[in-house]
Amino acid sequence: MNLSHEFGSALVVCFAAIFTGNILLTTFLGMCSFLSVSREVKTAVGLGTAVVFVMTCTTILNWAMYWLVLVPLQIEFYRFILFIIVIAAFVQFIEMVIERYSPPLYYSLGIFLPLITVNCAILGAALFMVIRKYTFMETIGYGFGSGAGWMLAIVAMAGIRQKLAVNRIPQGLQGPGITLIIAGLMALGFIGFTGVLQAQ
Amino acid sequence: MSPAQPKLTARSVTLDALWYSNPIFRQILGICSTLAVTNLVLNTLVMCIALTIVTGLSSWTVSLLRNIMPRNIRMMVETLIMAFYVIIVDIALRAYWPEMSRNLGPFVGLIITNCILMGRSEAFAISNPPGISLLDGLASGAGYSAVLLLISLVRELLGMGTVLGMPMPFFAGPHWDKWIIMVMPPGAFFMLAVAIWILRSLGTTAAEKKA
Repeated sequence: MNLSHEFGSALVVCFAAIFTGNILLTTFLGMCSFLSVSREVKTAVGLGTAVVFVMTCTTILNWAMYWLVLVPLQIEFYRFILFIIVIAAFVQFIEMVIERYSPPLYYSLGIFLPLITVNCAILGAALFMVIRKYTFMETIGYGFGSGAGWMLAIVAMAGIRQKLAVNRIPQGLQGPGITLIIAGLMALGFIGFTGVLQAQ
Repeated sequence: MSPAQPKLTARSVTLDALWYSNPIFRQILGICSTLAVTNLVLNTLVMCIALTIVTGLSSWTVSLLRNIMPRNIRMMVETLIMAFYVIIVDIALRAYWPEMSRNLGPFVGLIITNCILMGRSEAFAISNPPGISLLDGLASGAGYSAVLLLISLVRELLGMGTVLGMPMPFFAGPHWDKWIIMVMPPGAFFMLAVAIWILRSLGTTAAEKKA
C-alpha cells in the first residue's frame, strides 16, 4: 500500500470516528464523565481537549505495544492489563511534565487528567483499534477522531445544558434524566451522517 | 449511599444495593460499558452475568487484601484485580461461546473501567469483611442488571418484536410497525432516561424516609 492511499484511509477512519461512529453517541463510552462534567462549556472544553490529546497518544502507544510486543510473544490475552497500565502511566507522566513546565496549562487542563484514567472511552478506543485491525496510520486517525468526536459531543451538550438551567423540568427527570434525553436527540442527529459514509 | 451505617446486616446491604442506592438510577454509575449491548435481551443477560460475577469476586478479593494493601497504590491494585477477573471471563466466553464473544466485542474488556467495580471497592469492600463485601458486590451487580434487563426487554420487544429471539404474539405481527429506532443507539438513551425518570419518581419517598 502506498503512502497516499494509507493517508486517505486514515482520513476516512478519522471522519467516521467523529461523525458516523461517534464513540459517545453510538457506543456509549465515556458516559460517566459526560454526564457529570457537562454543566459548563468552559470545563467541557478543558476535559475535551485533554481527552483528544490523551486518546490520540495512548491509542498510538497501545497499537505499538500490542502489535510489537504482545502479538510476537503470543500473549494477546494480557491486553486488558497492558492497555490499562499504558494509559495510567501515560496520564501520570503527562501530568508531571505539564506541572513541571507549564503551571498555567496544568491549572486549566491538569485537574482533568486523573479523571481520564478511568474514562472508558480511552480503553474502548484501544480495544476497538485491536478488534478492527487498524494499520498504524488508521490508528492515528481513529485515536484523534474518537477524541474529537467525544469533545464535540460534550461541548455541544454543555452548551445545551447551560441554556437548560433556567427551564422547569419534572423532578424525577432533573440532572441525568434530561441529559440522557438530549443525548438521545443528539445521537438521532448524528445518525443523519450515516448516509455520508458507511465505514467502520 | 451511607457506608458508615451502624449495623450491616445481609438484609440491609442487599436492599441498599438493589434499591436505595441502585447503581443505575440513584448513582448513575457504570452505564458506559453495558448500555451499548442492551438492544438484545440475550446479549444483555450475558453481559450482566459477567459483570455481576466480576463485581462480586473483585469486591471479595479487595476486601481480603484490604489490610495488607498499601494505601497509596490501592487504586492500581484494585484495577489489576478487576482486570484479572475480566480476563478470566473473557477467555471463558471465547472458549465456550465464541459467537457471543464476537457479538459483545470490546464490551467484555470494558467491564474493567465500569465505575461500579471501583465504586463498590472504594466505598464498601475496602472497609468491610470479605463475606459481606462479596454479597454487596453481587447485589450491586444484580441491581444494575435488573434495570438493564428491563431496558433491553423493552428495546427488543418494540424494536424487533421479539424477546430472547422468540417472536412475541402481538409485536411480531404484520399490523405492528417495528420501532427500529429502539434498537439503534438513540433508543438506548431514551429508554434509560425514561427508566430513570420512572424509578426515581417511584422511589422518592422511600429515599427521603431513609435520609
